[in-house]
Amino acid sequence: MAEREKELAVVSSQEQLADGIFSMWLKTKASQNAVPGQFISMYTNDGTKLLPRPISICEIDKEKGMLRVVYRVTGEHTGTEEFSRMKEGDTLPVIGPLGNGFPLEAARGKKAFLMGGGIGVPPILELAKQLDCEKQIIVGYRDAQTFLREEFEANGSVYISTEDGSVGTKGNVMDAIRENDITADVIYACGPTPMLRAIKSYAEEKGIPCYISLEERMACGIGACLACVCKTKGVDHHSHVHNARICKDGPVFLSTEVEL
Amino acid sequence: MADTRVNIAGVEWKNPVTTASGTFGSGAEFCDFVDLNKLGAVTTKGVANVPWEGNATPRVAEVYGGMMNAVGLQNPGIDVFCERDIPFLRQYDTNIIVNVCGRSEEDYCEVVERLANEDVDMLEINISCPNVKEGGIAFGQNPKAAEAITKAVKKYAKQPVIMKLSPNVTDITEMARAVEAGGADAVSLINTLTGMKIDINRRQFVLANKTGGVSGPIVKPIAVRMVYQVANAVAIPVIGMGGISTWEDAVEFLLAGASAVSVGTANFFQPNVTEEIAAGIEAYMDKNGFGTVADMVGIVK
Repeated sequence: MAEREKELAVVSSQEQLADGIFSMWLKTKASQNAVPGQFISMYTNDGTKLLPRPISICEIDKEKGMLRVVYRVTGEHTGTEEFSRMKEGDTLPVIGPLGNGFPLEAARGKKAFLMGGGIGVPPILELAKQLDCEKQIIVGYRDAQTFLREEFEANGSVYISTEDGSVGTKGNVMDAIRENDITADVIYACGPTPMLRAIKSYAEEKGIPCYISLEERMACGIGACLACVCKTKGVDHHSHVHNARICKDGPVFLSTEVEL
Repeated sequence: MADTRVNIAGVEWKNPVTTASGTFGSGAEFCDFVDLNKLGAVTTKGVANVPWEGNATPRVAEVYGGMMNAVGLQNPGIDVFCERDIPFLRQYDTNIIVNVCGRSEEDYCEVVERLANEDVDMLEINISCPNVKEGGIAFGQNPKAAEAITKAVKKYAKQPVIMKLSPNVTDITEMARAVEAGGADAVSLINTLTGMKIDINRRQFVLANKTGGVSGPIVKPIAVRMVYQVANAVAIPVIGMGGISTWEDAVEFLLAGASAVSVGTANFFQPNVTEEIAAGIEAYMDKNGFGTVADMVGIVK
């Protein structure tokens, strides 16, 4: 008998948080063993869209058997647009939880940066809830639509950057670190590649362990198809070349192990 | 009760269902989702004589009713494959078909020779990957080259050799006859169809490789047609594939002339689909009074 399966998740609630940003609570078995930084493969109910949308887990509620995903609608006629129209009681197939997640133990007794940018902000929330250390949460947005801000404020000191300068530091999350003159001895980050590249270089200059969550187009989501690879510094233990599978060996990597 | 066993080039499969190379790894990633004991064979991801890095990312894209890939045959090389993947698969009661890729005749022969003493059941020679510059497709679009590479690997092969054919040719029956003349024990088809997708917002190709192989339900009618043509052109068994996502699809290929079927892209959206398809074929046979799979192969003329 199969130990894992694609299951039908039930939408428990859905709301729009900002322009093109939606939040959905899903009733799913995937909630039972999920950890921060993992993702689920969400499938549309449209037979012409075959591949899963890998969406990071924003919050985990084991008691209610639910996961929260906060995702961006990527355009008209897309799978994420279909998700955004779903209502309470609707169902969609999912597989999860997938990937490794953030190593929580790496922050024990330390002062941490929890950094999120754009649609990389959501997975930082469950991480902020579960990390037991001094937490400085640095989140970057485009404009004043600072989704999830109140939830972050309940879980640590929050520093915000916006591209248009409407809230917090004008610029990006690195600008927010400099402007507020804050330091850390471990970093967790998720966001667009240019942001992760800047954080990786900052962390390596200062010799701080830094865990970054990467993203790439996926097909299987379970490590078989070798679509979503990232470049690794050394020869990867599984692939035996300089590629690691983001879906299976990641999405979270120690920054010094990968090349961006 | 229908007898679902098939005999492909002297190798008995418990049912006519295998996995399409490149969509199933070497089975390890799928074994939590599928009981590998329920499959006629597992066809592995292509393996070369040395590790291959593959192409740059993005390597996949979704298209209407299908997908495109240009993974570029990333693989750990034959040494790791023999040490790690063969022992893993041998734990299961299924046949192992090793997909072999190479950039030159010597590359292919080196892997085939190395596998001669390994406990694997069949070899599938990939002369049809559209996503690597040298080798692969260079042998798969020219009948003389296809015949020659078949002859070359047959010299070293201890296991039956399946030649995997490309649909990106003018006449696939010519290619099938060429590999049959070269001594192939079976053919499998179709590999992916070369396609392209453009991102209109970035005004760039979606795939780093610019082009990629199209697979999934959208290619199925083309695959059924080609399987039908090839099955009626050669005497060796045909393993049919191309967009098979349900047991109904699989039955269609068998009726068109395939002696067995491979399931590829569907593994990505229904991880246990191979097991479901094997069960569905059996139920269809029972319902329609087919005592053996061979009774239904190619009966639509």
